[in-house]
Amino acid sequence: MTTTDTGTEARTPALDPSLVQPTSTPGADGRPGVPMQRLVHVELRKMVDTKAGRWMLIVMSSISLVVVAALLIWGESDEMTYGNFLGFTALPLALLLPILGIMAATAEWSQRTGLVTFTLEPRRGRVVVAKVVAALVLGLVVTAAAFVFAALANVIGAAVGDGSGAWDVTWKVGLGVVLGFAIYVLQGLAFGFVFLNTPFAIVASLLLPTVWTIAVSLVSSLAEPSKWLDLNQVTEPLFSGSMTGENWGQLSTSFGVWVLVPLLLGAWRVMHREVK
Amino acid sequence: MITVENLTKRYGSFTAVDGISFEVRPGSVVGFLGPNGAGKSTAMRMMTGLTPPTSGGSTVLGKPYRDLHNPGRQVGVMLDASAQHPGRTGREVLRLAAIQIGVSRQRVDEALALVGLTDEEAGRRVRNYSLGMRQRLGLASALLGQPEVLILDEPANGLDPQGIHWMRGLLRGFADGGGTVLLSSHLLHEVQVIADDLVMIGRGQIVAQGTKDELLSRGGTTVRSTDDKALHAALRRAEVPVTDIASGLVVDAEPGVVGQIALDERIVLLELRSGGSEGLEEMFLSLTAATSREGTAA
Repeated sequence: MTTTDTGTEARTPALDPSLVQPTSTPGADGRPGVPMQRLVHVELRKMVDTKAGRWMLIVMSSISLVVVAALLIWGESDEMTYGNFLGFTALPLALLLPILGIMAATAEWSQRTGLVTFTLEPRRGRVVVAKVVAALVLGLVVTAAAFVFAALANVIGAAVGDGSGAWDVTWKVGLGVVLGFAIYVLQGLAFGFVFLNTPFAIVASLLLPTVWTIAVSLVSSLAEPSKWLDLNQVTEPLFSGSMTGENWGQLSTSFGVWVLVPLLLGAWRVMHREVK
Repeated sequence: MITVENLTKRYGSFTAVDGISFEVRPGSVVGFLGPNGAGKSTAMRMMTGLTPPTSGGSTVLGKPYRDLHNPGRQVGVMLDASAQHPGRTGREVLRLAAIQIGVSRQRVDEALALVGLTDEEAGRRVRNYSLGMRQRLGLASALLGQPEVLILDEPANGLDPQGIHWMRGLLRGFADGGGTVLLSSHLLHEVQVIADDLVMIGRGQIVAQGTKDELLSRGGTTVRSTDDKALHAALRRAEVPVTDIASGLVVDAEPGVVGQIALDERIVLLELRSGGSEGLEEMFLSLTAATSREGTAA
């Protein structure tokens, strides 16, 4: 148990035997798995405790800051309303939130941390659920920050500049923005789970919808189905707070095709793929 | 307690692990030996639920790994010390594991102290860790939940000689306290010192298995005396298989048996010893040579 002291290396400490004793931990039988609350806590922490995760959040907030500052400086007075400020803060977020989701989904595989994560919780479905919940929570926090930030900009615009300072965001628009962002986060997660590879998933989530939009513009017969299947198109009324019954139907079908199907497919992949 | 039964993994036509069975009892250290690509890691991934077996199965503490409640508290696993997010600090890696398995912050400090990572090193990002430091971090992570069973893949990799010595002490103490240890290695002498039992695997199949003493004594007994001819004849009469070598005889019997016969015949012995690990080492080397040509890592 003791180590020879060569004097060259103080790295190997004298062992306190009590610290390495095998300890029988009575398992609460009948309920395997780590409690969901702890899994969500860990997944949330994983999204912000790396340089990549932190920079992602910093870049997101900085772009929003620059865009809003530009509007404050060069914007016309009637443009400086809460709705516009919110729209401008939301723009970079809509683009980057899916990437947040992708990174949460793929890190276990691209950085191989799954080797630890899935030995600590071999019921991988629970890890998938925890990741979805954690990404939604983080997405909500970011969205809330966008609302507060836009409100501040609106107040500043009216007080310092010649902004109109109008509070022109209805609860429908507010709810639409929250829902829209949640959809974007989920889409990122879904693509991440399907590809389990960060660059592939990012490229696919940016490219595929664009390819679809281009295809629609070239092939006129796709125009009608596109109203039901283009996630960018169907979320527009959501952000403007003008959802009709048909719009909800269109949103649901697009959500099914671009989020739900890949999410289920990806979850299946995560649960069955060999972790190396 | 670890039980492995007919564990098999096939990738297409390639059989990585071919029907291996063995047991690791509480209080013992089992060395899982084999050249690179023999199927050790694949077998260990199957035991920990990361790789679905093609057939056969394994249990840890009487249950399939996936059915364990909060496995981090019962089984300490280290499969690849370099599989860590390079952007996290060592302490953060342990902190995450601690939250997931539900142990205190204080236990993180204990585990760090246990493996000899200083506060300053724990605050560094894993990207800047040497292999030895990653190995220590992996061990800390495995020991974090005070498990009863340890499953470690090549834990001595990258450790300096003193570190290896220290790890042996740690694992010996753990087993003596009633713990179960399975550790793999591609170096025979590395596990020879610490293991009670050895399981040797080559090309996915078990080629030798048993207690260390049993396997090591397989080389027979080497004996040298003042009158090798007379000793040879006496051994023959006792129906003990014996072969002449350049300097003495090799006998397929325990040293005690040979000594007794020599005593009865009043022959003076100059040397009497177990054949040692030469036989095992030779077998191991031939395995290594045979598989290393294939050049594929499982």
